[in-house]
Amino acid sequence: MTNRSRRKRLAVVASGLVGLAFVVAGCGPANGQNSLLPKGTQAKEINNLIVPIFGVAIVVAILVGVATVYCAVRFRARPGINDRPRQVHGNPPLEIAWTLIPAVILAVIAVPTVSLIFKLNEAPKPNALEVTAVGKQWWWQFDYKDQGVKTVVVADEFHVPVGRQVHMTLTGCDPSLGTTPPTGDCNVIHSFWVPELNGKRDVIPGHLNTTTFTADKPGTYLGQCAEYCGLSHANMRFRVIAQSESDFQAWLAGQHEGPAITIEQAGEGGKLFAQKYACTNCHAAEDSSVSSYGPNLTHLASRSTFASGYYKLTRANLVDWIYNAPSMIPMESKDCRLPVGQGICVGMPSFSQNTPAGQPTMTRAEAETIADYLLQLK
Amino acid sequence: MTTVENAVAVSEPSAGLLRRPRANRGFLSWLTTVDHKKIGILYGCTALIFLVLGGVEALLIRLQLFQPNGTVLTAGQYNQMFTMHGTTMVFLVGMPIAVGFGNYFIPLMIGARDVAFPRINMFGYWVVLFGGLFLYSSFFLGGAPNGGWFGYTPLTSAPLASGFLPGRGPDFWAIGLILLGIGSTTSAINFIVTVINMRCPGMSLMRMPVFVWMMLVVAFLTVFALPVVTVALIMVWFDRNTGTLFFAPAAGGDPLLYQHLFWIFGHPEVYILILPGMGIVSETLPVFSRKPLFGYSIVVFSGIAIGFLGWGVWAHHMFATGLGPVAISAFGLATMLIAIPTGVKIFNWLGTVYKGSVKLTSSMMFSLGFIVLFTLGGVSGVTHSIVPADTQQTDTYYVVAHFHYVLFGGLLFALFAGFYYWYPKIFGRMLNETLGKINFWTLFIGMNLTFFPMHFLGLWGQPRRTYRYDAGLGWDTLNKLITVGSFIIAISVLVFVVNAIVSKTRGAIAGNDPWDGRTLEWSIPSPPPEYNFAEIPEVNSRDDFWYRKYTEDEEGRLVPLPSGGAEAEAQAAHDGHGIHLPAPSYYPLVMALGLPILGYAAVFHSVWVAIIGAIVLLFGMYAWAIEPAD
Repeated sequence: MTNRSRRKRLAVVASGLVGLAFVVAGCGPANGQNSLLPKGTQAKEINNLIVPIFGVAIVVAILVGVATVYCAVRFRARPGINDRPRQVHGNPPLEIAWTLIPAVILAVIAVPTVSLIFKLNEAPKPNALEVTAVGKQWWWQFDYKDQGVKTVVVADEFHVPVGRQVHMTLTGCDPSLGTTPPTGDCNVIHSFWVPELNGKRDVIPGHLNTTTFTADKPGTYLGQCAEYCGLSHANMRFRVIAQSESDFQAWLAGQHEGPAITIEQAGEGGKLFAQKYACTNCHAAEDSSVSSYGPNLTHLASRSTFASGYYKLTRANLVDWIYNAPSMIPMESKDCRLPVGQGICVGMPSFSQNTPAGQPTMTRAEAETIADYLLQLK
Repeated sequence: MTTVENAVAVSEPSAGLLRRPRANRGFLSWLTTVDHKKIGILYGCTALIFLVLGGVEALLIRLQLFQPNGTVLTAGQYNQMFTMHGTTMVFLVGMPIAVGFGNYFIPLMIGARDVAFPRINMFGYWVVLFGGLFLYSSFFLGGAPNGGWFGYTPLTSAPLASGFLPGRGPDFWAIGLILLGIGSTTSAINFIVTVINMRCPGMSLMRMPVFVWMMLVVAFLTVFALPVVTVALIMVWFDRNTGTLFFAPAAGGDPLLYQHLFWIFGHPEVYILILPGMGIVSETLPVFSRKPLFGYSIVVFSGIAIGFLGWGVWAHHMFATGLGPVAISAFGLATMLIAIPTGVKIFNWLGTVYKGSVKLTSSMMFSLGFIVLFTLGGVSGVTHSIVPADTQQTDTYYVVAHFHYVLFGGLLFALFAGFYYWYPKIFGRMLNETLGKINFWTLFIGMNLTFFPMHFLGLWGQPRRTYRYDAGLGWDTLNKLITVGSFIIAISVLVFVVNAIVSKTRGAIAGNDPWDGRTLEWSIPSPPPEYNFAEIPEVNSRDDFWYRKYTEDEEGRLVPLPSGGAEAEAQAAHDGHGIHLPAPSYYPLVMALGLPILGYAAVFHSVWVAIIGAIVLLFGMYAWAIEPAD
C-alpha cells in the first residue's frame, strides 16, 4: 500500500470515527422530547433521512477545517524561503469541478428529501384517529369527535392508541367559543411539536393546518409549543400518552362520562368555585364535551399534570395554583374579572393578590377547599 | 448663462439661513461633518457600543438559562431581552459596522475623494443613531419590544387592549425598525451611486476590490429588501393602533401574509449581513498570503449569485407553516442551490491561501477562523434545506446554533479581521498583536463553547425563545457550558475594546502600507488626509497598487520593483491645497432629528408631538435644500 492511499484510508477511518462519536454522544438524553430518539413512524423516517446527511455535513466541515489549518501551518511565511509565492490567479477547470461536485451531492440529497416531503403530507389513513388541537394562551386543548360531534375535551394531556395513525387538526381560534374571546382579538400563532413523534406544524389562526403521527410504542411523549406566543410561551407544554387500543378506548369512554361529583354535590367547594370566585366563567366542570376559555376540569383528577403540563398534579401544587396561579406561570391577567372587554385578561388571574376592586380576595383555606373538590373529579 | 449664475451666487453669498459650518476638528466637526471617513468612524463606534449592549442582553439571557427554572429574569424581561438582542445585533451592529467599513473604504478603494452624496451620507448615520436610541428609550418608557426580532403577527399586531403583548414595546419596535430602514436605504443608495459613478480612471467593474463588489451587491439588496419590511411594519402599526385588520384572522386578515413579507426582506437581510464579511476576507486572505485572490471573477459572480438566489428562499423560514408539499419542496431545493456559490467561495479562499506565504497576523487568524466557522454554519444551513428535518430543527436551539455560526463565526469574525486589518489605516497606529491573538483565541474558544452545544440541545428538544426549562430534561449540563462560553466571549470583546482604546495612542506607528497591501487605500498616508488622494489615481489592473510594487517572473513568482511605493510618498508630500471638498452641514442632523420625534408621536398618539416632529423635519429639509454650496 502506498503512503498516500494509507493516509487517505486513515483519514476516512478517522472522520468515520468522529462521525460515529457524534452520533453516539449526540443522541442525548431519553427525556421524552428528543428528536434523535424517535418513537413514531414519521419521526423515525425524518431521523433516518437526516442522520446520514449529518454525517456528510460533519465530514465536509472537518475537511474544510483541516484544510484551513493545514494551509495556515504548511504555508506559513518563512522569510527567504517562501516569500515569493507563485502568483496563481485561478484555475477554471478546478473551479468548475468544485462547483459541480457539491451540486451533485445536493442533487443526491434532494431526491429522498422531496419524496419524504410528499410522503409526510399524504392524506390520512381511513382508520386514523381524528383529534383537534387548539392552541390557547398558554395551554393546549384537545378535542375528540365522534362523527363530527365533539365528545371529549381535555387539556394538557391526550391519549392515543399505539400503532394507529393520529390525524391532528390544528386550530388557533376555538370556533365553539365564537371567534372573539373575552379580551378582543382572535388567538396568536402556536406550533404543535412532539419531537419523538413528528416535526412541527404551526397552529395559525384562520388557517386549518393538519399533521399526522403514529406512535410505535406505548409511552409518554412530551410536546411543547414551538412558536413564540407571548409571555408564557416557555410554559406551554403538553403530553401525548400512547397506549394499547383497548386501554385507549377505556380511557376515552371514561372521559366521556359525567363528572364524579357535581358542583352541587361538592357543597362548600362547589359554592366557592361556581359562585364566590366565578371559576365557571372560564372553566367547565360538569360536562367533558364542551370547550371553555380555561381548561375543561370535568376529569381533571385523571391527569398526572396540570397548568400547561408544567406542574405535577398534587394537592399542594393545585392549592398554590388556585390561590395565585400567576406566581407559578406568568400570565397577563391582572384585571380578569372586570367586565368583558375592559380588562386585560390572558391566562388565569390571581385570586389572592392584586385582585380587581370590588372582587373578593381568596384565603388559603378557601383555595384548599376548592382543590379538594377538584381532586375528586376523577 | 454661466456667468449670470455665478454673478448671482457672488452677490448673495448667504442665500441659506446660515453659513455652512467650517470646523473640521473638535466636537462640532463630528456633528456637521460630511467626510465619509469620519462618518465611517461614527458608524463603527456607534455599532461597537450597541455590540456591547446587545452582548449584555445575551449575557443576561445566558445567566437566566444557566440552570433549570432560572429566576434571574422574569418571563417578561426575558422576552424583552431576546427581542432586543436580535434586533440590536442585526440592525444596530451587523449592518452599521458593514456600512461603516463601506463608508470609510469604498471611496479609498475606488480612488475617490468622497461618496456621491456626502450630506445624505451623514443623514443616514443620524437616522440610524436616532433609530437605535429611540428603540432603547423604550426601556424607560413602558417596556422594550417583546415580540421577537421577527415580530410575528397577530401577536405583535393585536390591539393593545387584547393584552397579548403588554406595553408599547411592539410599537417602538415597528417604528424603530422603520427609522433604521430609512438610514440603511439612504446609505445603500449612496453606495450604489458612488460605486457606479465615482471610480477613478481605469477602475473598471472587474478591477474593483471584492469588498467593494460585495458592498455593491449588499446595497442593491438593501434598496430592494427594506421597503418590503417597511410596508409590513406600517401594517403592523396600523393594525395595533388604528384598528385596521391586515393580519387579524377573525376579520379575514392573514397572519401568514406578514410572514411572507417579513422573510422576503428577512432572507436577503441575511446576505446583507454576511456578504460584507465575505468581502473583507476576500481582501485580507490575499494580502496575508501574498497571492492574488484565487478565481476573482468566480468569487465576484458567486457573491452576485448569492444575492439573487437570496430572493428565492424566504419560505424556508416557514417550513412548519403548512404551505403544502409543492411549495416547500421548491423552497427546499432553492435553499440547497445557495450552498453551491457559497461553497465555491470557501474553496476559492482556500485556494488563495494554498501555497501562499501565510502571515498569521491577528487579522489573518480571524479570516481563517471565519472560513472554518462559516463552513460549519453553512453545512448546518444545508441540513435546514432537508425540509422534513427542518420541521424538527426550526424554532429550536439548533437554529440558534446555525445562525450564530453564520453571523457570529462568519460575520463577526470577518469584521474583527477587518478591524485588525484596517485599524492602522484609520488611526495611523497598529493594534497590539499579542492582545489580538488573545482576542482571537478566546473568541474562537468562547464562540464554539457557546454555540456548538446548541446544536445538540435543539435536537434534544429545547425550543428557543423560552425563558425557562424544566429540570430533568437532560439539558442542564450543556446550558451551563454555554453560559460559561458566553462569558469567555465577553472577556474577549473586552480585550478588543481595551486594545482599540490603548492602541489609538500607544500603538506602533503604522506607516502608509503596514501589511504590504494590494488595494488603493494603502497607497495613501495613515490616517488618510481629508481629501484622500492628492492626485486621483489611475489604475491599470486589478490590485493596481500591488503591481506598482511587484511584478511576476516567467514562473509567476513575485519580483519586487525597485520603484515600489515611491508614489505614496509623493501623495503624502502634497498639502491638499486647492482640492475642493464638500463643506460640512448642520441640516442632516436637524432633518434626522425630526424622524424620532415623529416616531414618539406615532407610539404615544400625540398630534402635538407629531407637529413638532414635522416642523423639525421640514425645516431641516428646506434649510438643506437652500443651503449655500460653501
